[in-house]
Amino acid sequence: MALSEQSIPEAILSVENITLSFGAVRAIRDVSFDIKKGEIRAIIGPNGAGKTSMLNVINGFYHPQQGQILFRGMVRKRMRPHEAAGGGIARTFQNVALFKGMSTLDNIMTGRNLKMNKWNVSLLAAMFYYGPTQKEEILHRQFVEKIISFLEIEAIRKTPVGRLPYGLQKRVELGRALAAEPDLLLLDEPMAGMNLEEKEDMCRFILDVNAEFGTTIALIEHDMGVVMDLSDRVVVLDHGEKIADGTPAEVKANQNVIDAYLGVAH
Amino acid sequence: MEFLNLVLVAPIVDMIEYPSFFIEVVFGGLMSGVMYSLVALGFVLIFKASGVFNFSQGVFALFAALTLVGLMTGTVPFTLNKSLPELPAWVAIILTFIVMIGLAIAVERIVLRPLVNQDHIIMFMSTIGLAFVLEGLGDTIWGSEVKALDVGIPTGNFLIGEIQIQIFDLWAAGIAAFLVVVLAVFFQYTRTGRALRAVADDHQAALSVGIPLKNIWIIVWSVAGLVALVAGIMWGSKSGVQFSLSLIALKALPVLILGGFTSVPGAIVGGLIIGVGEKVAEVYWGPLVDGAIENWFAYVLALVFLLFRPQGLFGDKIIERV
Amino acid sequence: MLYRESGQFKTSYSADQAIFPIRQDNWAMVVFLLVAFIAVPYFGTEYFFQAIMIPVLIFALAATGLNILTGYCGQLSLGTGGFMAVGAVACYKLTTGFPEMNFVLVLLLSGIITAGVGLLFGIPSLRIKGFYLAVATLAAQFFLSWLFNKVAWFQNYTPSGTITMPPREVFGIAVTGANADAMDRYLFCLVFVLILAMAAKNLVRGPIGRSWMAIRDMDIAAELIGFRPFQTKLMAFSVSSFYVGVAGAMALSLWLGSVETAEAFDINVSFQVLFIIIIGGLGSMMGSFVGAAFIILMPIVLTNVMVGALGMQAVTAKHFEFMFFGGLIIFFLIVEPHGIARLWQIAKEKLRIWPFPH
Ligand SMILES: Nc1ncnc2c1ncn2[C@@H]1O[C@H](COP(=O)(O)OP(=O)(O)OP(=O)(O)O)[C@@H](O)[C@H]1O
Ligand SMILES: [Mg+2]
Repeated sequence: MALSEQSIPEAILSVENITLSFGAVRAIRDVSFDIKKGEIRAIIGPNGAGKTSMLNVINGFYHPQQGQILFRGMVRKRMRPHEAAGGGIARTFQNVALFKGMSTLDNIMTGRNLKMNKWNVSLLAAMFYYGPTQKEEILHRQFVEKIISFLEIEAIRKTPVGRLPYGLQKRVELGRALAAEPDLLLLDEPMAGMNLEEKEDMCRFILDVNAEFGTTIALIEHDMGVVMDLSDRVVVLDHGEKIADGTPAEVKANQNVIDAYLGVAH
Repeated sequence: MEFLNLVLVAPIVDMIEYPSFFIEVVFGGLMSGVMYSLVALGFVLIFKASGVFNFSQGVFALFAALTLVGLMTGTVPFTLNKSLPELPAWVAIILTFIVMIGLAIAVERIVLRPLVNQDHIIMFMSTIGLAFVLEGLGDTIWGSEVKALDVGIPTGNFLIGEIQIQIFDLWAAGIAAFLVVVLAVFFQYTRTGRALRAVADDHQAALSVGIPLKNIWIIVWSVAGLVALVAGIMWGSKSGVQFSLSLIALKALPVLILGGFTSVPGAIVGGLIIGVGEKVAEVYWGPLVDGAIENWFAYVLALVFLLFRPQGLFGDKIIERV
Repeated sequence: MLYRESGQFKTSYSADQAIFPIRQDNWAMVVFLLVAFIAVPYFGTEYFFQAIMIPVLIFALAATGLNILTGYCGQLSLGTGGFMAVGAVACYKLTTGFPEMNFVLVLLLSGIITAGVGLLFGIPSLRIKGFYLAVATLAAQFFLSWLFNKVAWFQNYTPSGTITMPPREVFGIAVTGANADAMDRYLFCLVFVLILAMAAKNLVRGPIGRSWMAIRDMDIAAELIGFRPFQTKLMAFSVSSFYVGVAGAMALSLWLGSVETAEAFDINVSFQVLFIIIIGGLGSMMGSFVGAAFIILMPIVLTNVMVGALGMQAVTAKHFEFMFFGGLIIFFLIVEPHGIARLWQIAKEKLRIWPFPH
């Protein structure tokens, strides 16, 4: 295991000795792991283990008290949200965080915001609209339409997302993240609250994204079956500490992991 | 140099040279501060228990004062005709409180219940609507001319050394303090009061105490109505019951920013700071800019404060999650 | 011809992104323009222009501004009156200070100056939201009113403290001053407001509008997908203030002619504009116009009915108006926060699938 952590050259991101506290609550304690280019990396652990907090540290929403983040050769004490987004990190949220008042199409279009040409969508151009802004809109609309058909959500293109069922909302959220053409995609429980069929669809999308676009994926998931099927490597957190790291099979056999899951009532 | 002297040195020298005048100014400020505190207190109670930012709290005070005057003068509602028996102050006060409870029930039923779980900003705007309704209603029922209110609080003044003290002000401060103590006891030592505090901390916990949310809201809005009544009485006795009362009450907003939206002591201290601050600023710095800075001083002070401490002096720190 | 999308297939994304994707809406727009440009001037009277059409247009423009900030970007402002005052005073100072300056340029510059002031008062939005911000905007309202009242420079030291718009011409036609014809002023307002409203519509349907709505709906998520919340909000503040400022400048120059700033643009104006966007529709450009028409016409109708027909006293009618608008606000917030514009849209959706509702 120590060996696999050494293989930094091909890591797209590594977190090193991260510690994060909220007042007296220590959400993450001295956790290190890396994510390699092109892999699907699962982060698992009981409720409150600090998984979501870890993603929040990675894309700059929480600021860790200690440790550092290596992302594409840059060393950061802490990320800034727009730096992370600009650097190619996109994510979805545990509790869907879509823009409720906007349509599916507009939500996914927001994912393109960093890809747009600043001048073409500057204030005066946008006030006039016809010309550069329209050209830019159509260009990105074409890309977004590809995502829409990839995720099979053509029928709800113009529907305000607030009116969609939960499963579809999660799918739209994935679409918004994909629209940014991320190198690293962080998914926080993408299948929570879905029925079997929806879960299967979601698994398929995740695998396709990984295979077709070569996107690196970090995935938080409670469903062990899904984790075993999808992921290349798994890191296990419990009470803010890393208790295991390795292939799904290794992790499954790890005594610490078994204890952690048995010790906590689910 | 001349400018700095005018702005920084001269006013301070003034204060030190005529301390008794300075103390009188501070006293006057404290008095309006007490009023701001009372209105702010109503805001905080409602905000803590229901998360609603009640813009109409000031109009509540106006409405209560109008009702009180109407009852005391025997006015027949909607007619301006004073042919009913004139009620003694204490009876009228009790009746007005009952009216305020009725109002709380109506507000819960008509405004809050349909809007539960809406965005805070929508709730807030709905209370702006409520303020307009109440203002129009109060004026329609009782008439809109300025009315004198006298519930028997003693007036007059006396001197301590060179400092002139208004007896009315002492009473007002005393009554306000008494009200705060009563509220503190209510929240600390009664079952309902404790339940209310529980709601403020955690809605789920409150439900487990066994009081339905709707009753809690009615109780809190009634208590806020009582606070408004007291504020209305004091303000009305001092400067007449009139429309401007609801505008002055807007000053409770900066008070809240200063004190924090969720803190009762914050409302009180914030009110006093704003009251004193704007009086002192008006008297000592106002003349430099032709006066009337009282109109905006509180807001700008709050604005500057916001930049440094958005949660207020005593408020809870704002934490965000995803 | 039925109101249908069917048979009107979009063959390009640009057609799909048009402002009125359905052909019948385009025709409705044409009818509206014909009425506004031909029928109204033909039949309108001086009173009709001065008391109804011009204020409706000006308030619609102010509401467009507030809608950008509140309806689209989710930042509540109670300082609209104060910012209109900035626009009016800027217009006054520019026309009197630079008599040669073109009037259209004066209006635009007044808007830009107001945008700068708005930017300043938007800075607290870095750290605060929702009703906290409302207090910051109240500060703007009261401080600006006071400033324009107390500092005589803003009134060119006139003893009365009122500011009066000197006469100005556009294309050789007088549009301001005592001799400007009401119809000419109306037509100028109409063209100017329609162009600015069009620009606003373009803004909100494009990338900038999406960034505002993203901040409004979920600011944290917006930040994490790469929007800069502070920049986005400041942009909303300044664009919004630009519109409000131009509306204030127009109110002075094209409508009122002469005002006491602190009185003409007091906090009630702020509420009035807020009510327009709530009644018309939060986040709807058309709503700003519908709401403005509603809020200007309703008091006139109410007074006519209550005082004229029912013989009530004028003050009673005024109190009733308060209750009426307050009640209406609560009603719309409960039933349809997207206002009349949304009710209209729902009606259209029903019509679109009529007579088979399922
Ligand atoms: N903003 C915050 N303020 C205070 N405490 C927080 C905050 N965010 C997270 N925590 C605390 O940090 C700990 C870890 O939370 P986190 O959400 O990361 O867990 P998780 O592993 O994602 O759990 P779950 O499976 O329930 O989503 C918890 O104790 C939580 O209460
Ligand atoms: Mg989590």
